[in-house]
Amino acid sequence: MSRYFTDEHEWVDVSGDIATVGITDYAQEQLGDIVFVELPEEGRAFAKGDDAAVVESVKAASDVYAPVSGEVVEANAALVDDPALVNSEPEEEGWFFKLRLTDTSELDGLMDEAAYKDFVAGLAD
Amino acid sequence: MSSETIVDIEEPATEALPLDSWHRARGGRMVAFAGYWLPIQYEGIIAEHLWTREHAGLFDVSHMGQLKLSGENVAAELERLLPGDILGLAPGKIRYSLLLDEEGGVLDDLMITNRGDHLFLIVNGATKWDDIAHLREHLPDEIALNYLDEHALLALQGPKAVDALARLGLTPAMPGVPAVEGLSFMEAAPYLWGERPLGISRSGYTGEDGFEISVRAEDVEALADALCAQPEVKPIGLGARDSLRLEAGLPLYGHDLHPGVSVIAAGLGFAVPKRRRAEGGFIGAERVQKELAEGAPMRRVGLAIEGRLPAREGATIHTGSAEVGTVTSGGFSPSLSAPIAMGWVDAAFAEPGTGLEIEVRGKRLAATVTPMPFVPHRYVRKGASNK
Repeated sequence: MSRYFTDEHEWVDVSGDIATVGITDYAQEQLGDIVFVELPEEGRAFAKGDDAAVVESVKAASDVYAPVSGEVVEANAALVDDPALVNSEPEEEGWFFKLRLTDTSELDGLMDEAAYKDFVAGLAD
Repeated sequence: MSSETIVDIEEPATEALPLDSWHRARGGRMVAFAGYWLPIQYEGIIAEHLWTREHAGLFDVSHMGQLKLSGENVAAELERLLPGDILGLAPGKIRYSLLLDEEGGVLDDLMITNRGDHLFLIVNGATKWDDIAHLREHLPDEIALNYLDEHALLALQGPKAVDALARLGLTPAMPGVPAVEGLSFMEAAPYLWGERPLGISRSGYTGEDGFEISVRAEDVEALADALCAQPEVKPIGLGARDSLRLEAGLPLYGHDLHPGVSVIAAGLGFAVPKRRRAEGGFIGAERVQKELAEGAPMRRVGLAIEGRLPAREGATIHTGSAEVGTVTSGGFSPSLSAPIAMGWVDAAFAEPGTGLEIEVRGKRLAATVTPMPFVPHRYVRKGASNK
């Protein structure tokens, strides 16, 4: 399994043609306490860059984009009852949704972990 | 676009307040607010919010404008600009009031303290320059207006605030002034912390007991350190300040209040006492008197929202196919673990218990008009039990 990152602070785990998507620890830290997550329905098809989910912190709502194109095969039901999982385990149990990839070549445009670390380090706080 | 164009439209630079480096050293996440860098949060909004409700939180509100008005008949002169009873404001007492424009629209809300030889005003940070211009324009030249820009302002809020502040060993700076724990809600007095002068009022913006402390800029860091050294006190950011005041049902200028709305419609009629209602004689009085007699077409209301999805400022309020209002403040209530909002609706739908719908991203959320505050106020008044 390989993990990719986007400049919108999402992570993407790819296993076969299934991509699991969440937001990074840096993203949850920036958002603060998360109180609600709006997840996409199964079967929805996204093009890369579409609005796919919404995460609400105490202070604001933020969009989560589809990092790659694909069809939603599962959304993380655990987040409905416990949205704070995104804060406590952003890169594990706090995943958002799984996509069946329609174009694996889109993964080439994403960052690996080292590149993402450099990207975050270069951001002014 | 050329870089010259960008420079031309650039906002004035965000300024540092006296506690800037203090916040940064304590891990505050700084954001630009009302022209200054202020911490939005330290450890997290929910934790800071709940800490303040249970213990005591220290807020830096030095962005707000602290103004001194003095001169002959200053109270009578100020009454021409606002609907409050300033002539009847005894020394050491504080009153909430509003500056109004000719049409009765709200220019700002503010606190006024009678400090004996002058009036002390605290106005909102984002509006302070406009307020100063408005006051200067409408007050006679004989009234002196001083902007205390070398003073910081701290708010210490929460049920344990009184214990923490009392432990600093402040001494009254004037005869007849009680120990600081003897102040009642909406009373103020001068104190000395060692040699350092402090202007302290029992007031705040969280719905809790607490104090606001005007302190010289050169003393504020030592005071913030001394307060945060108390076990009850943690520094709190703007995020929790906003969620606390929303739970307390207190309007935020620039959001729930603005020049397009009036005092009576905003549910702030308590700030217009009987004499002023009858006599008028202040800018915007016509609108206030008309709405007192005939009611206002729109009202500010509280809204309890079903489910967990918060409705934010700008969300529209509906009943069936009719749009009847707009959310002006909305968020998640840490104390109630539920979304709450404040908004403006047509008067016909302002009765508590009225069922409405709020539209968020194409979905309709069920909401009920609810009396405010959402979380009961716990102010400490004289004669009332502290426990």
